Amino acid sequence: MKILTTRRITQIFFFALFIWFCVVTTLGEHWRQLRGWPVNWIIELDPLVGLGTLLTTRTLYAGLLWGLATVVLTIILGRFFCGWLCPLGSIHQFIGYLARRKKSVKARLKLNQYHPAQSLKYWILVFLLGMAAAELAIDLLRLPRTHTEWFAAAMLLGLAVVVIVGVRRMTTNIKRAVAAVAAIGIGWVLSSFLLHGDWRPVASLQIGLLDPISLVYRSINLVALPIIDRTTLVVSNSPRLYATTWLIAAVFLISVLLNFISPRFYCRFVCPLGALFGVLGRFALWRIGKSREECMDCQLCQKNCEGACQPPERIRTAECILCLNCINDCHHGLMGYHGTPSAGGEVVAPGLSRREFLVAALSGTAAIPMLRIGGSPGPHWNPNLVRPPGSLPEERFLARCIKCGQCMRICPTNVIHPAGLTAGLEGLWTPVLNFRIGTSGCQHNCIACGYLCPTAAIRPISLDERKGINRYASQGPIKIGTAFVDRGRCLPWAMDRPCIVCQENCPVSPKAIFTREQFNIVRIDWPLIVKNADSTKIEFEADALVSGQYATGDYFCVVQQSLDQRPRRIVANSYRSLEVDGKLPFTNPPQPQNSVLLQIRLQQPYVDPRLCIGCGVCEHECPVRGKRAIRVTAENESRSRDHALIVQG
Amino acid sequence: LGNNHLSRRQFITRSTKAGASILAACSIGYWFYDSAGPEGFSQDSTALAIPDFSMPQLGRRMSIIRGNNRSETLALALKSIGGIEAFIKKGDRVLLKVNAAFASPPMLSATTHPEIVSAITRLCFKAGAQSVMVTDNPINDPTSCFQLTGIEQAARSSGANVVLPRAESFKPYSFPGAQLIQKWPVLYKPLNAVDKVIGTAPVKDHHRSGASMIMKNWYGLLGGRRNVFHQDIHTIIKELALMVKPTLVVLDGTTTMMRNGPTGGSLGDLKQTHTMIVATDQVAADAFGASLLGKAIEALPFIKKAEDGGAGTADFKALNPVMESI
Repeated sequence: MKILTTRRITQIFFFALFIWFCVVTTLGEHWRQLRGWPVNWIIELDPLVGLGTLLTTRTLYAGLLWGLATVVLTIILGRFFCGWLCPLGSIHQFIGYLARRKKSVKARLKLNQYHPAQSLKYWILVFLLGMAAAELAIDLLRLPRTHTEWFAAAMLLGLAVVVIVGVRRMTTNIKRAVAAVAAIGIGWVLSSFLLHGDWRPVASLQIGLLDPISLVYRSINLVALPIIDRTTLVVSNSPRLYATTWLIAAVFLISVLLNFISPRFYCRFVCPLGALFGVLGRFALWRIGKSREECMDCQLCQKNCEGACQPPERIRTAECILCLNCINDCHHGLMGYHGTPSAGGEVVAPGLSRREFLVAALSGTAAIPMLRIGGSPGPHWNPNLVRPPGSLPEERFLARCIKCGQCMRICPTNVIHPAGLTAGLEGLWTPVLNFRIGTSGCQHNCIACGYLCPTAAIRPISLDERKGINRYASQGPIKIGTAFVDRGRCLPWAMDRPCIVCQENCPVSPKAIFTREQFNIVRIDWPLIVKNADSTKIEFEADALVSGQYATGDYFCVVQQSLDQRPRRIVANSYRSLEVDGKLPFTNPPQPQNSVLLQIRLQQPYVDPRLCIGCGVCEHECPVRGKRAIRVTAENESRSRDHALIVQG
Repeated sequence: LGNNHLSRRQFITRSTKAGASILAACSIGYWFYDSAGPEGFSQDSTALAIPDFSMPQLGRRMSIIRGNNRSETLALALKSIGGIEAFIKKGDRVLLKVNAAFASPPMLSATTHPEIVSAITRLCFKAGAQSVMVTDNPINDPTSCFQLTGIEQAARSSGANVVLPRAESFKPYSFPGAQLIQKWPVLYKPLNAVDKVIGTAPVKDHHRSGASMIMKNWYGLLGGRRNVFHQDIHTIIKELALMVKPTLVVLDGTTTMMRNGPTGGSLGDLKQTHTMIVATDQVAADAFGASLLGKAIEALPFIKKAEDGGAGTADFKALNPVMESI
């Protein structure tokens, strides 16, 4: 079997596996639905997720350890992930193949020429990792004050290295080197004083914006599958909607269409994961290259080169994605995957100078503190940002979420949506609850999202913890917000209509929504003057009523002149008469010329903030379908004390 | 295949580098591996303690002096309970907890009068204090509050330092057995940097709690979203009174805010009541202060709660207060 066939089969296998994982991430009774598949595996293999969260949280969460396997293999083999495994890469490669299929060899050679702008992806990588490392950087700068012994050790080590190197190499000016170390030390101490004090956390994980695995998961989960659901190939049990996915779709489409400009445009110019692999593959033990410097110079090895790594010349190993097309295309058998560097020479270093690296890294570290001057997260938090249950406090959440959309995909009720700007610019595409969309609110007995979240931005919580029972009885249920009744929109409050759908659907026990009874006088165009009456029936002077309208059971009547003001339930009415419930007849029947008032019995809903967990079932069910008359905002959410609404205790 | 071979040295170098990278990556992975995931809430339940600034060996003392001149009434009040020297020793660092809650001028009596600040500061220095620190976490903008109330100027001219509440001065603190003060940000750093604490506040009406005097004034030691405690105002005042054990309290009843408290805003809300109260017992001081407001102690449930909690006695007469007039 040709090596290219092996590569194609591998690519197809991993792409199919990825699609399969997306499809099975669906609650349901079919064999093709959730059955314990390791649906996060491909995300976990992505070392950029592991590295990013390592920088922001200084931990490597559970399955993210898989990224280490990718790292080790990349150090040995080079960028195999891009050429063999990455589902987004496979999509790009396929579209790129279609795009250049009919092009001449000359045109193809031009398309696959290395372009200096390919270094853009290293800028992106360093910038995004700089954002993630901001907090780490601040803590490091504060080291002289916080851990003086570590600082001293670092300085001594620096001095020792300088002196040893200086003595061994006579060319180095030891005095200058020692002075440089001393200057660094002084600067370090000064910065530790400058940065003293309590800092709000400033680590933000933004790799998910462009990380190819997050991007492809998000795009398939939130754009492709909902469209497939509309066909006969139904994946979900009910049609899925996702708010503000247009941007996700646009990014995905653009990344795919860019293949018409240059094959694997995204991989060559944008992909931060590819950039990371380029760096990691620096010492790869095997690499692509010519086995002899002099060749026919036919350039054919570049004809189908996916990485644009200029194999005919000095090959740029950091750009080579191991597609192995060059081996296939070289008619002279000179290209190969060897333990030796290319005979044509190599450019090993990624296309980013030390100075450029510093610029990108510092811009990244500065970006989040600058963004947060706006006060979000913090005092200027958005109450419309209701996060799934188990979500970490906002700053820690933003330090973990990779915007992959897995929580939105698994949510059985389709209540989790990608945020537009609800969570601020840095919260783009992070999960936010939208109670208008979906089949229900956030179900009381569901904890699916936390178990799927690959980075524990949404913690895996137990049902006991969510509901605040057994071991968690003392801390109470997890609240994600509080429902507020909008009395100007609520039917029983504003429009004399009985309703209380919200109260009925409140899943909390005892119910967080309760009602108070209220009798309101019904608007009638004509006065109801009694003509004659007995203990249960009243006939009026004129036609004033719509027949049957007041027989619903919610209407009552009171005779104004009577001493007995107890409302009597109306059981039947014609256009000029009514009948009250025989269980409470008039002891003294109304007299002719008495006037009668009709009343409607209303139950007006109230929310008890001690009990409300913010699940939003009420908001979802509210019959005021536009802007709901009961709405959940993040007030009183458990994850933030600053959002507390009531005194606990 | 002739001109492309790897020298042994190159091979070893490259393998070593690759091996070292793998080793580094694996050890980082091993070192930072976290199978359990994060906790939902920070567990930094700090074991901070607020020192006891009271001087029980001196017994419970109280004086109530009638007069219009704050400096004079205060001096006499202190003298009649043994003099400031009994409480402030040489080298003591003193914290003066004022009421600087609002950015309003001293004539409106919504805040501690500047004359009280300078008088106490001078007396402390006279007794040999090393430093006097004036602090509060006001409701309005802190800088404006200290400036417009005249407290900053009074403190500076008499040699005290004004300590504005900065984020790093607060520490999450749990008061043992408290229902409300649990892992709550408290203005801890100043409290932990002094030997003596003097609490001082004007007598004011307060719509929610009934009165704002010495005990209510400790509210200014809380940070965070403290106004949620208005839902249980008497309990929080009790817990504050138990949390802070002051050396001395100075309740200024020279002018009393009779209505529209705690902000007031009109001279019409004020009444001249010509009284200065100094005590070692904050509950007793507030119990007497209630009479200046024309309120019964029973109308102010926090007094009873604080007494039951052990913060002091509401029966101020039991302290045999020195009563004099100037």
